[in-house]
Amino acid sequence: MTDTNDTRPHMPLGLAKRGYTGVIQHLSAREAGSALSDIELESRLIELGFVEGARVEVLHEGLVGRDPIAVRVDSITIAVRRREAMAIIVA
Amino acid sequence: MELPLLHLALVGTPNSGKTSLFNALTGSRQKVANYPGVTVERKEGFFVTPQGRQVSVVDLPGTYSLRGRSPDEEITRDFVLGKASGETVPDLVLCVADSTNLRLTIRLLLELKRTGRPMVLVLNMFDIAARRGITVDVERLAKELGLPVVTSIAVRKGGTADLLKLTDEISAKLAAEAEANSWRALSVAELRATQREADRIIADCVSLPARPDTWTARIDAVVLHPVGGLLVLTLILFVMFQAVFAWAQPAMDVLKSGFDALGELVQATLPDGLLQSFLQNGVISGVGSVIVFLPQIILIFLFILLLEDFGYMARAAFLMDRIMGGAGLHGRAFIPLLSSFACAIPGIMATRVIDNKRDRLTTILIAPLMTCSARIPVYTLIISAFIPAKDVWGFINLQGLVMFGLYAAGIASALAVSFLIKFFMLRDYAPAPFMLELPDYKMPRLKSIVIGIYTRAKMFLVRAGTTIFSMMVLIWFLASFPQPPVGATEPAIDFSLAAMIGKALEPLLAPVGFNWQIAVALIPGMAAREVAVAALGTVYAIEGGKEAAEQIGQVLATKWSLATALSMLAWYIFAPQCASTLAVIRRETGSWTWMAVTFAYMLVLAYAASLLTYNVAVALGAG
Repeated sequence: MTDTNDTRPHMPLGLAKRGYTGVIQHLSAREAGSALSDIELESRLIELGFVEGARVEVLHEGLVGRDPIAVRVDSITIAVRRREAMAIIVA
Repeated sequence: MELPLLHLALVGTPNSGKTSLFNALTGSRQKVANYPGVTVERKEGFFVTPQGRQVSVVDLPGTYSLRGRSPDEEITRDFVLGKASGETVPDLVLCVADSTNLRLTIRLLLELKRTGRPMVLVLNMFDIAARRGITVDVERLAKELGLPVVTSIAVRKGGTADLLKLTDEISAKLAAEAEANSWRALSVAELRATQREADRIIADCVSLPARPDTWTARIDAVVLHPVGGLLVLTLILFVMFQAVFAWAQPAMDVLKSGFDALGELVQATLPDGLLQSFLQNGVISGVGSVIVFLPQIILIFLFILLLEDFGYMARAAFLMDRIMGGAGLHGRAFIPLLSSFACAIPGIMATRVIDNKRDRLTTILIAPLMTCSARIPVYTLIISAFIPAKDVWGFINLQGLVMFGLYAAGIASALAVSFLIKFFMLRDYAPAPFMLELPDYKMPRLKSIVIGIYTRAKMFLVRAGTTIFSMMVLIWFLASFPQPPVGATEPAIDFSLAAMIGKALEPLLAPVGFNWQIAVALIPGMAAREVAVAALGTVYAIEGGKEAAEQIGQVLATKWSLATALSMLAWYIFAPQCASTLAVIRRETGSWTWMAVTFAYMLVLAYAASLLTYNVAVALGAG
C-alpha cells in the first residue's frame, strides 16, 4: 500500500489542508509539542487507529485557525487537533 | 437445583452500541448506582435466558484499551480483571463491536483476551453493516480470534436471539474454561503489534466496500462546515429552548389544574385548621408546583438523548473545541456542559471524559453556571408574571426570547469565568489533546430514548417526593408556627419563624431589591433550586389566604416591582443554590476547598449581578 506514495515528500498530518489524502508513514510524538508525554500520545494515536500504512483523508476543519481537523482513518473518522496531528507523518 | 446467577459484563469502545445492546437485553430491569468511592455510573440489568438461567449484566464504561487513563476506564479494567472492590469477577465478558467499524474493537479484544476471562465477540448493528455491503466471515473470524462470535441487531425485536442461545450454551460448560490472567499494560510496540494483528484478521475475514457511509458524509458536509455548522448548532440550541418553553405548556397546564382540583377537594372535604392547611398549602401546592415542571424536564432530556444517539454530540464538541479553547476549555467539556443544562450533577459527573485534571477542574467549576432544569420553574414563574407574551418581529415569542437571553447570560458568564481561571489560576496551562471519534450517524431508537427519559424522570420525581417534599414540610412548618395570637388582624405568617428568619436576612438583601418573603424562599432553595418556587407559593399562599394559592404568578405580579423580578432572574443565573451540586463537586474534586471556592464565587457573582440589575432597573423607572 505504501509503495505508491514513496515518491511523495513526507509531511506531518498537522499541516495538511482539507481534502488531503495520504498514507501514514510513521509516528513521531516528539514533533508534536503536545501536553501528553511522547509515549502516551503515541499510545492514544495507535488506539484510535493511527498506525503505519493506514489511509488518511482530511475531511473537515474547524473555523478558528482551521483547527481541529476531522480525519478519515481507513474506515472511521477521528477529530484531532493539528498540534497532535503533527506527530503523524504522512505521504 | 437453582443455578447461581450468571454474571456478564459488556465491554466495548465508545459508540459500539453497547448501551443499546444492554437496553435490548434487560429492558427496564435496570439498576443505576455508583461504584463505591467513585462517581462512575454503574449500570446493572437482569434478564433470563431461554433455558431459564438468571443473568445479571453490567454495562461497563466504553474504552479503547485497558490502560485505564481515566476513572471510567480504570473501572472497566479492574472489573474485567476482578479487582474492582465489592464486585464479582464476570463469568463471561461480552465484547461488543460495531460491525461497520471493527478495527478498534478487534484491537481491544486482542488485549482483553490476555485477561483469560471467557469471552464472546458480539457483532452488533449487523444489519447496518449488511446494508452497507460489508460482509463478515463470522466462522473464520471466530477461528482466528479463538473465541465464539455472534451477530446481533440490538435495536430489532429478536435481534439478540443468537446471543441468548449462545449464553445458555456457554454457561453450561463455563467452569472448565477460566484461564490465568496474563494481561499487563502494553508497551507502544505491543499496542502497535496488536493493531497490526487486528488489521490482518480484519483483512482476512471482512470485506469492506470502497465507499464510506454516504449519509454521514452528506450530513457532515453541512453540519461540520466551519460556518454553516455553527449556524446549525445555534439553531438547534435555539429550537431546543423555544420548545422547552412553548411545547411543554399544554401538559403543564393539565398537571397544574390537576393539582388545583386536588387542593380544592382537600379544602372542601376537610374542616378548616392545621391539617387542611398542611395538606393544601404544604403538600399539594408545594410538591405540585415542582412536579408541574416534569414536561419541561422530559423535553430537555429528549433533546439531549436524541442528539446523543444520533451522533451529533461529538460533532458539537468538534465545532466548539477551538471556540471553547479560547476560553480555556477543552472541546470534550462541551458534552458535560450541555448535560449541565439538564442538571449540573450528571454534567459534573460527565467531566470524567476529560482526562486532563486542570481542564476537568475548570469544567466542574463552571458547570453550575449552565442553566439547569431546576432553574426553569423559577424563570418560568417570573417570566410569565412579568414579561408580556407578545411576539416580536412577528414570530418570536418575547417570553421565549427572555428565556433564551437568560441561558445566553449563563453561557457567557461560564466562558468568562473559565477565561479568568485560565488567566489567573492555571497560568502554566498547556492545552490537553482533543481526540474524539466522530461516529457514523444513526437513527435514534425509540426504546433507548424512552428508557433514558424514564430513568431521568424517575430520578426527578423521587427527588420531588423526598428532598423537596421534606423541605416543603419544613417550610410550611416555619411559615405556620408559632400561630398568631387570637384576634390578630395581620396575616398569620407575620408571626411565624419564617418571617423572623426572612426579616433578619432582609437588610442584607434589600440592596438587591429582595423582600423578606424572597429571603425565606431562598433558604429552602438551597436544597434544590426549584423548591424556591414552591416556597414562595407557600409563603404567599399562607399570607394571602386560600385564594392566593391559585396563581403564584398573579400574586407576584402585584407584590413585586419589575426591578425586583429582574433582580431575582439575575440572582438565579449565578446563585450557588443547590446543596447536591456542591456535594458532587466536593466528591469529584476530592476537596472541600474547591467546593467552597465554587460556592463563594457564585454567591459573589449572584449578589453583584442582582445589585447591578436592580439599580439599573430602578434608575430606568421599573422600581
